[in-house]
Amino acid sequence: MAPPAAPAEATRPILRDALGIAVASGAYAIAFGAISTAAGLTLPQTLVMSSVMFTGASQFAMVGVIGGGGSVWAGAFTAVLLGTRNAFYSLRLASLLQVRGRLRPLAAQFVLDETTAMAIARDDPRLGRYAFWATGVALFTFWNTGTLLGALATQAISDPKVFGLDAAVPAAFLALLAPRLRAREPFAIAVVAAVVAIAVLPFVPAGVPLLIVAVLVGLFGLLRP
Amino acid sequence: MTWTAVIVASVACYGLKLAGLALPERWLQNQRVQRTVALIPIALLAALIAIGTFATGRHLVLDVRVAALGVAIVAVLLRAPFLVVVAAACATAALLRLF
Repeated sequence: MAPPAAPAEATRPILRDALGIAVASGAYAIAFGAISTAAGLTLPQTLVMSSVMFTGASQFAMVGVIGGGGSVWAGAFTAVLLGTRNAFYSLRLASLLQVRGRLRPLAAQFVLDETTAMAIARDDPRLGRYAFWATGVALFTFWNTGTLLGALATQAISDPKVFGLDAAVPAAFLALLAPRLRAREPFAIAVVAAVVAIAVLPFVPAGVPLLIVAVLVGLFGLLRP
Repeated sequence: MTWTAVIVASVACYGLKLAGLALPERWLQNQRVQRTVALIPIALLAALIAIGTFATGRHLVLDVRVAALGVAIVAVLLRAPFLVVVAAACATAALLRLF
């Protein structure tokens, strides 16, 4: 682990925030484990997603598409598209983290919405690095523990629909989406994307509406003046 | 098949994280690319919500999931924590199915 060369009085509140984030995301991971199991993925598959993919929106998208009857590859493609933003987070973090050698593959795995937000919020780069590693380690621990608990609990249920678990996926996505909708343009894009997805759905194989939405928003973003 | 897709998607998502740390900075610094990347999750999450609420396979259906999403929207507007939003939606769907 990167030695945090920062004073204790400055690191304590960071550690507290990191733990708070990790506990909240652990609850979120319970929902992931449950939805993934209800979608028909095995326990090992669910655990591999939480430990290797380790990026919430992508994981929910993949099991959401599969659970909705889409092909596993449509799910995989959607997951990867949602993961693109992490490349930009790690780009932004590269100069702050200054990781070389063996630490780099480990640091890469911890690049997420939460760790990026925690790291770039500090003025002192030492504290930024401390926040990154503390949040990353805590999140990874709680995320994978939560996933295991959610998956095991759901395996014990015979019909997930009885517990309304099919309604969990849209609600989980809504909670992820809401903070991004504060401005008018994102809101309009969200509405159009939802309408397009529903409009094309009866005419194409399951999973494909997401690809159509992805292509359209990509073109919109790249071609708009 | 599922295993292959899980592994490919997981490794690809990890690779994207590693790319930003390993690639030269200017590769990803294009403004249009950055803006587009910010829009992708918004559009995909919105589409996923719509599909998860109104679709069963390739058919559009109106069932208890619509009410569940309505409850989730109210919960989000009330700034409820994540698990409360999800649990409220599940409970709504489960209770309405009882009747």
